[in-house]
Amino acid sequence: MIAEAGHYALVLALGLALIQSTVPILGARWHDPALMNVARSTALAQLLFVAGSFAALVTLHVTSDFSVVNVFENSHSMKPLIYKITGVWGNHEGSMLLWVTILALFGGLVAAFGNNLPRSLRAHVLAVQAWIAAAFYLFILVTSNPFLRIANPPIEGRDLNPVLQDIGLAVHPPMLYLGYVGFSISFSFAVAALIEGRIDAAWARWVRPWTLLAWIFLTLGIAMGSYWAYYELGWGGWWFWDPVENASLMPWLAGTALLHSAVVMEKRNALKVWTILLSILTFSLSLLGTFLVRSGVLTSVHAFATDPTRGVFILLILCVFIGGSLTLYALRASALKQGGLFAPISREGALVLNNLLLTTACATVFIGTLYPLALEVLTGDKISVGAPFFNLTFAPLFVPLMVAVPFGPLLAWKRGDLLGAAQRLMAAGAAALIAVAVLWAWTRGGSALAPLAIGLAVFVIAGALSDLAERTGLFRVPLTIAMRRARGLPRASWGTVFAHAGVGVALMGIVCETTWNTEYIGTMKPDDVAKVAGYALKLDGVRQRQGPNYREMVAQFTVSEGETRLGAMTPSKRNFTTRGTTTTEAALLTRGASQLYISLGDTAADGSIAVRIYHKPMVLLIWFGPVLMAFGGMLSLSDRRLRVGAPKPASATHGLQPAE
Amino acid sequence: MTRRQRRLTMIGGSLAVLAIAAALVLSAMRDSIVFFSTPAAVVEKHIPAGRRFRLGGLVEPGSLVRGDHLAVTFKVGDGNATLPVAYQGILPDLFREGQGVVAEGALDASGVFRADTVLAKHDETYMPKEVADALKKQGHWKDDYGAKPAPRATSGATSQAAQNVPQAAPDAAQGVRQ
Repeated sequence: MIAEAGHYALVLALGLALIQSTVPILGARWHDPALMNVARSTALAQLLFVAGSFAALVTLHVTSDFSVVNVFENSHSMKPLIYKITGVWGNHEGSMLLWVTILALFGGLVAAFGNNLPRSLRAHVLAVQAWIAAAFYLFILVTSNPFLRIANPPIEGRDLNPVLQDIGLAVHPPMLYLGYVGFSISFSFAVAALIEGRIDAAWARWVRPWTLLAWIFLTLGIAMGSYWAYYELGWGGWWFWDPVENASLMPWLAGTALLHSAVVMEKRNALKVWTILLSILTFSLSLLGTFLVRSGVLTSVHAFATDPTRGVFILLILCVFIGGSLTLYALRASALKQGGLFAPISREGALVLNNLLLTTACATVFIGTLYPLALEVLTGDKISVGAPFFNLTFAPLFVPLMVAVPFGPLLAWKRGDLLGAAQRLMAAGAAALIAVAVLWAWTRGGSALAPLAIGLAVFVIAGALSDLAERTGLFRVPLTIAMRRARGLPRASWGTVFAHAGVGVALMGIVCETTWNTEYIGTMKPDDVAKVAGYALKLDGVRQRQGPNYREMVAQFTVSEGETRLGAMTPSKRNFTTRGTTTTEAALLTRGASQLYISLGDTAADGSIAVRIYHKPMVLLIWFGPVLMAFGGMLSLSDRRLRVGAPKPASATHGLQPAE
Repeated sequence: MTRRQRRLTMIGGSLAVLAIAAALVLSAMRDSIVFFSTPAAVVEKHIPAGRRFRLGGLVEPGSLVRGDHLAVTFKVGDGNATLPVAYQGILPDLFREGQGVVAEGALDASGVFRADTVLAKHDETYMPKEVADALKKQGHWKDDYGAKPAPRATSGATSQAAQNVPQAAPDAAQGVRQ
């Protein structure tokens, strides 16, 4: 009954999306406010129905209704409740349902808070949003219906893939989807602007917060996925340049560029055409990511060719939306008026450089990700493009970007003074040089580039702080005045400081971890001691334990540094009975920002156990950086400027706000 | 500067960055791409010692020898040829004799494949996809490799579960690297 209700709600949502995708456009054409307002109510109703459908699937999973194929394949009655819920999106059908639910959520938000948008713009935006939604509803209903029943219901389910039974993975997909799908809003705004053939400051004001919101979620989602891979996969890597990871990195890079070009457009009314193109590209890359992960094309090009329904369907959606929007862009972009002149050395110029480097870096990731697929389809040659390729292409493009980051906020709009900015960055540069010198003298071994890279990271962080000092007049005026100025600074400026510093922090973590990480791989018997990076790890013993839906072998280690005992670490190996699979649960011990990491291998006949122990210096900075970036994004999102530009009752003002 | 000069500066700068990126991509393509090969193809193509590639095939039953300090040797075959592989480290959880494996490394002077990475990522047929494709091409594919009772309604489930690791490297899921 619940399954059928969920299915029916989804069909109704499709119907509503179809209405929403046509009627408002006709309304805009005929200047009929009633028809245009249909968009608002259908968007809200659509959200209601698809949320109901999603709730139905969650209920089925929680109550372990194994007569539904999706529940049978991905759940088990013994599974803890939290994983019953998160298992809903731990499979293809459920995750697609989550995807459209989030899409409807964003559509609903625009409908609910878009009262001060020009009526025809809102109608167009919601109609475009509904096209995307309708395509994906159809996809789910035709190829991946999560509500299918089994004729003879089994008693027990097949359980969720054990690696997915983890809290990190529980939160990671929704975050990532909020990011991916959030970019659909800027896409819809861009397409709506192209359809209407005009674009004004109110447009940028609306696009920026939505892009920022999506970017915050995507940043956190990627960081969380990376941390999950680090502790769950058992060999301490945190980024593999794998196609699935690249699929989320590409929209992030394009989205970061979009965020910055939207600033130029909002403040200076320049780069309009480019911003529109970036909005289209960013969401296209999100769609591409969905295609790569969901079509099975990565697992095997052949699997894709033999069971092509899903893959071809998504590929079709991809082609229609990307091709359609780019064609529209080619036809209409020239009609948009260009504005806002600026010199190459200016805040705008710096942001253009940022965009240039970010999009180029994105393009190299794109080539590295899709080239093997294209080559296999065309010639049958199988190649793997791994970390070396990306290190050789991505890193050299990021270095100039990092150098430029501190300069951007210090340059004036329209015409900047590079020399002046450089002078104001003297302190940051000095801090960077000192860091390089100290590291050079202090460390032996490791790459000679590492101290330079750390110096770059210090420069970025110190540069962000100098910007802050510059704005508050710190060290030039009395401290109390500086404090008062700091409080008066727009939150967006604080956001910039935090986000830019976060980039530096992440870079520092990455360099430290890759250069100075130490590892010990060997076999150990009880009472053996392994010495890693000044820590002594003694294996106390190994015991067996029964978990809710697995058996595990737990090894107990005592960690000490010199004479002081620091604590115990208990890595384990879990054997999940239902699927007969084994997972390795690493143990982590945090010391400041560094971590000790133990994961277990096989047990030999003589009772010794293979272990892998890592000391990872400053590794936590890798994820602390993105958290800082996201925090900066949130500060910026709460800025008064954006709140003023955002929702207001329709009665207060008619039409849009005058441009600044 | 006139509008025209500004525009030229912008375009020139963009082209310079793009040219640099293209040069980087092309040089990286030449040096850092790793090809996949089966033991038979290794014999056929005379891959020189020291050149990195990915070797895929089945672990020959009875060939696994464990030495000191986690050193292991085993043979990888594809029905036509076998190649000895030496590796030091922890083998992935799914490494088993008679089943598919992908190792990355290079041949040494004596013709032994020195692997620094061993991957045993499996789908529901316990076979890495490159290996399955290669075996099928050579006609050595036996359906019993995939002999796991899988009713039609559920056959896609396990492979999907593997894809469902949104961020995890599919290959890395069971990988070991030194």
